[in-house]
Amino acid sequence: MQKAMTGAKMVVQALKDQGVEVVFGYPGGAVLPIYDEIFQQNEIRHVLVRHEQGAVHAAEGYARATGKPGVCLVTSGPGATNAVTGLTDALMDSIPIVVLTGQVPTFMIGNDAFQEADTVGITRPCTKHNWLVKETERLSDVIHQAFHVATAGRPGPVLVDIPKDVQFASAGYTPKQKARTTHYQPKVKGDLDRITELAELMAKAERPILYTGGGVINSGPAASQLLRELAEETGFPVTSTLMGLGAYPASGKQWLGMLGMHGLYEANLAMHGCDLMINIGARFDDRITGRLQDFSPRSKKAHIDIDPSSINKVIHVDIPIVGDVAHVLEDLLHVWKAQGRKVNREGLAKWWAQIEDWRAVDCLKFEQTGRTIKPQHALARLEALTRDHPDRYICTEVGQHQMWAAQYMGFDAPNRWMTSGGLGTMGYGFPASIGVQMAHPDALVINVAGEASWLMNMQEMGTAVQYRLPVKQFILNNERLGMVRQWQELLHGERYSHSWSEALPDFVKLAEAFGAKGIHCADPDTLDEAIMEMLAYDGPVIFDCLVEKHENCFPMIPSGEPHNKMLLGEASTLDAIGAKGAVLV
Amino acid sequence: MSALKIKKGTSRHSAYDLRDPHAEAPETHTLAVLVDNEAGVLARVIGLFSGRGYNIDSLTVAEVDHTGHTSRITIVTTGTPSIIEQIKAQLGRIVPVHEVHDLTVEGRSVERELALFKVAGEGDKRVEALRLADIFRANVVDSTLGSFVFEITGTPEKVDAFADLMRPLGLVEVARTGVAALSRGAQG
Ligand SMILES: Cc1cc2nc3c(=O)[nH]c(=O)nc-3n(C[C@H](O)[C@H](O)[C@H](O)COP(=O)(O)OP(=O)(O)OC[C@H]3O[C@@H](n4cnc5c(N)ncnc54)[C@H](O)[C@@H]3O)c2cc1C
Ligand SMILES: Cc1ncc(C[n+]2csc(CCOP(=O)(O)OP(=O)(O)O)c2C)c(N)n1
Repeated sequence: MQKAMTGAKMVVQALKDQGVEVVFGYPGGAVLPIYDEIFQQNEIRHVLVRHEQGAVHAAEGYARATGKPGVCLVTSGPGATNAVTGLTDALMDSIPIVVLTGQVPTFMIGNDAFQEADTVGITRPCTKHNWLVKETERLSDVIHQAFHVATAGRPGPVLVDIPKDVQFASAGYTPKQKARTTHYQPKVKGDLDRITELAELMAKAERPILYTGGGVINSGPAASQLLRELAEETGFPVTSTLMGLGAYPASGKQWLGMLGMHGLYEANLAMHGCDLMINIGARFDDRITGRLQDFSPRSKKAHIDIDPSSINKVIHVDIPIVGDVAHVLEDLLHVWKAQGRKVNREGLAKWWAQIEDWRAVDCLKFEQTGRTIKPQHALARLEALTRDHPDRYICTEVGQHQMWAAQYMGFDAPNRWMTSGGLGTMGYGFPASIGVQMAHPDALVINVAGEASWLMNMQEMGTAVQYRLPVKQFILNNERLGMVRQWQELLHGERYSHSWSEALPDFVKLAEAFGAKGIHCADPDTLDEAIMEMLAYDGPVIFDCLVEKHENCFPMIPSGEPHNKMLLGEASTLDAIGAKGAVLV
Repeated sequence: MSALKIKKGTSRHSAYDLRDPHAEAPETHTLAVLVDNEAGVLARVIGLFSGRGYNIDSLTVAEVDHTGHTSRITIVTTGTPSIIEQIKAQLGRIVPVHEVHDLTVEGRSVERELALFKVAGEGDKRVEALRLADIFRANVVDSTLGSFVFEITGTPEKVDAFADLMRPLGLVEVARTGVAALSRGAQG
């Protein structure tokens, strides 16, 4: 016999059965019965954010740092619409989250009731799937399905909209094991013939490259382990997208650094010049490919991806392999070893010699001269002083600081780098850092921020202080919307239309107003000391690091250009972006 | 690495200019999509087409299995071969979608559309309309002294041809159902 209970109780029961430990949320009229149930139990912790966007980004950070789905609970109408940016962010970056929204009672739907919004209609294009549950007897089944869909195959955000009368009514509870999930079972094993074909090409390749992405992280820790094994076994160079950092260790000797628009010279030229490109869980994003016709023109391309729609979407590939990274790499390694395959040593040696020449350009070099802190220097110091921390997580906001963090900080393990890649959501990093710290209370969690991005969700200081989350907000304050300013310099004749911030707050006082610690640093000589002070403080810190205002982020491949047309520094930027590039973002 | 010598253009360019425009010619395909008949499923399919900028030439939908609650959506769409592949992959990703069949490439198929034509006229034109309707095996489903409503079924091309003929004879209004299609032979 199924146990009968109210819809509200069912929600909490289903979350417990799914192993949920933390819910990020914000109450309101349409979810009060669920909040009442949360009040009467202690297993699931609820974190009261200060804005529903913060709840979703926090859940994303939690998910990215644990590999488990993040969970949010928000009210109808404005609660749900405030969640939309976070849902879109999670969809673009393939992050598994489950958002529960309250809805007006079923008999009032469609009447423009108080705080009514067509939540499933609004969120249909920004979720992997969503449900409006109109009968209490379906509710627990749907919630279990929601967790399944969020995590199976290519992960993503899902939403369950629950009218208030459904929360009050009683019905039988469907346990997790009985939920209807069989209809959605994406294929995880790759086609063995294709995998064998790839092994053959790998043995012949003279200039191979492993182009890895967020899919390796999504696939779980085993995938990163297998990637390392594959790299070890073959000696192939490895690069990664912004989303895949940490899957292969930055300290590994085959690591070329990040590729793409602001990626490293050696990584991009190796992509351009390779004869075999093995894409492992990346999606040929336009930040990577640049001008499509000129993208890696002489290579055979293989693509391992769990989502068939990612394959041949942008770039036509020779060997498509639909499957989960860990499953496919396991089979690939098996085939490779079983067939006694060996790499083309001579070709590979020449290729590495070429790569070493590119490396020698040292595209990230900079000089810390003068009395102002260069942003690169600030991050290089932050890296030096935290790299050996046994349990470090880095989040970022969006802009130049994000790219510099990707360039100057190294990640040796997956799930330790949370950034908004696909949507590029300013305001992501701070709440994400709260989610990460909730998952790992004793870890060092730093959000590398720009002042403009950080202000977008600064209200979450209240959350950090209330829950004693010692998140470190490391703000590279250039008093500019730096990334926008950079594009205006390169594209719009240095007309800096609305790309600076006036009336910025005093960040130290701001921190103090919230009951946190504020640190201000503008002097390169005291930087290390100030960073150490931040690290030593047991509680949330806002670190206001005043940096050079007009520093540009290089290397840079201008929009619409191929990889080999990379800009390395100020000298090469004149007229660098043509009219065709100018329409691109 | 060196400074780029790209001439500054004055014209506006579309981002799509960066793709090779001559690479592929568009094709028309008929897709059969089997879905759970749940609330919002049609909105998901249509939203996919509008959101990603794909064409819908015609679309029909109805529940075909009342016990299993499955519906069949038949979509006629036009795009380059790679766009058609993308459309199929994107449809396959929608959670309540069970199967996607491209009837244009999966062997031979039959396609039928039903249309109603209202034609108003007198004298010779009226007689001619009736004569052509007979040739096209269209039925008269309504008549007044000054008008007919014809019902015709056939391929979209046949319906188009009938429309062309009726236009000079006093065509007032047309309603078309869009295409329903099935593969030929015993296999489902
Ligand atoms: C200001 C700014 C600048 C940027 N500059 C750069 C840049 O210079 N370089 C850069 O790399 N990015 C950059 N980005 C990020 C960029 O926009 C994309 O988000 C990123 O490149 C996409 O990474 P990805 O290809 O790894 O794909 P993701 O978005 O991580 O997608 C993962 C892919 O793997 C697949 N997948 C998921 N799970 C699995 C699994 N289990 N098994 C197999 N496959 C799976 C998915 O289907 C998908 O195709 C920038 C972003 C911003 C905001
Ligand atoms: C929500 C949102 N609005 C606008 C943008 C466009 N945008 C991208 S980077 C950027 C400037 C970011 O400034 P800041 O956070 O100070 O970082 P900086 O580039 O100076 O390091 C803007 C406005 C965006 N990515 N997200």
